[in-house]
Amino acid sequence: MVDITGRVRSVWRRNWDAFLRTYQVNFIPPFIEPVLYLLALGFGLGTYIEAVDGIPYPVFIAPALVSISVMYSSFFECTYSSFVRMYYQKTFDAIIATPVSIDEVIAGEMLWGATRGMIYAALMLPVLLLFGVVAMPSSLLLIPFAYLAGLLFAGIAMCFTAITPSIDALNYPSFLFITPMFLFSGTFFPLDLLPQPIQYFALAALPLTHVVGINRAITLSTFTPVNLFSLAWIAVATIFFFVLAIRLMRRRLIV
Amino acid sequence: MKIIQCISPKTGGTLEVLGMDVETHQRQIKSRLGVVPQETNLDPDFSAYRNLLVYSRYFGIPKPEAEKRAKDLLAFMQLEEKRDVLIDKLSGGMKRRLIIARALVNEPELLILDEPTIGLDPQARHLIWEKLRSLQAEGNTLVLTTHYLDEAERLCDRLVIMDHGKILVEGAPADLIREHAGNDVVEVERTEKVVARLDELGVNYDLAGDMLQVFTDRPNDVARELLETCRHEAAVTVRPATLEDVFLRLTGRSLRE
Repeated sequence: MVDITGRVRSVWRRNWDAFLRTYQVNFIPPFIEPVLYLLALGFGLGTYIEAVDGIPYPVFIAPALVSISVMYSSFFECTYSSFVRMYYQKTFDAIIATPVSIDEVIAGEMLWGATRGMIYAALMLPVLLLFGVVAMPSSLLLIPFAYLAGLLFAGIAMCFTAITPSIDALNYPSFLFITPMFLFSGTFFPLDLLPQPIQYFALAALPLTHVVGINRAITLSTFTPVNLFSLAWIAVATIFFFVLAIRLMRRRLIV
Repeated sequence: MKIIQCISPKTGGTLEVLGMDVETHQRQIKSRLGVVPQETNLDPDFSAYRNLLVYSRYFGIPKPEAEKRAKDLLAFMQLEEKRDVLIDKLSGGMKRRLIIARALVNEPELLILDEPTIGLDPQARHLIWEKLRSLQAEGNTLVLTTHYLDEAERLCDRLVIMDHGKILVEGAPADLIREHAGNDVVEVERTEKVVARLDELGVNYDLAGDMLQVFTDRPNDVARELLETCRHEAAVTVRPATLEDVFLRLTGRSLRE
């Protein structure tokens, strides 16, 4: 189905090396972002909100901030950044002239996108701990789960990258898919405030809903059977988009 | 070219590279091939040296060995001073040299070059030719496509001229020139008197813009005749025939789009 060997590591390493070379810029956002959101929304706007379902507002949004950051970093890595490597830098062309296959190039890109999401989650965790908005030790699970969630968003992103005619057209999924998810996935207010049909839509079609649900269970250390459903949803979707992305990319790149 | 490199699927027929089928042995073939693409696709995120190291990793070459080869190749391509310079800061000629160095990291048995000196100034071209010839001298096999016929004449032991996907001729450059253009070419301005005289002499000539080119086995006689009759109105020169003459005679002068 897909032709992947250990050589996928060399593609992943290429991106890791490039990431480290510019680490100063890459490591700052995950520290700054949660501070800004927590100050503005959690402690600013949050003063007017006593509690959500009995949870202090900053504590309620903390897992959402991690989820959003994972989504953004993985999604944008495998849309704009991958597109630049593929289309402008011709990096993919250079790699497939070696024994590395196209499937491995695309898989390596997605695994890297997931890694980036995980790195961001890991860097945010100490900041959230400092604010006292996440429970320990369960919150350590944020990090491995960020890899799985990151892989899901990377796979979806890579499907868009495979079919986009130009880098500008990538703005469509960003505005029409990512932004609605940012707002309507139980991030800043509970999902059940929305009309029922929208709730079902969010559960069926907005992956971030499931990611936020699981991350919130992790940071509050309160797990429910619904989380298992979310985990299964994410696992199936991740495999589906991972394979689909490779198929679509083959169609684009093998000419 | 892309089918040889196992990048594009073949459209028909059979093709073996290094004795292996391109459809079933892609990885094995690619691991023994060096490719110099026409388009510069060096990795702009890394320096010259890191480019070679990162590329070695795609071949699974162990790091110490890769470092040694990268150093040697930078020296071979006269890029040692640019070792830690990012790709954007290299000149066109340096980029081409680095791409050739990159194509050599896996010590390929076959080096494929697609227009290796396109868009380069004369100095840069000569340096690359020199390096390619020294690779040839070491016994490496090079497959090269080029639109520069002087390049083909200098570098190729065996040459194939293709037009619209069909092979027109093949052979050693010198043989092809002798066979299809003769030793020397007489070039003369195109005037009525010249045309009349050439028709009288019964020699064949080709139109090349406002010049006439005479391909003949007795160029000096023709030139003397023309000088005697048309000296005052037309400049006459005799020059050695080149591959370009062969190419133009075989493929015609109309623009190929």
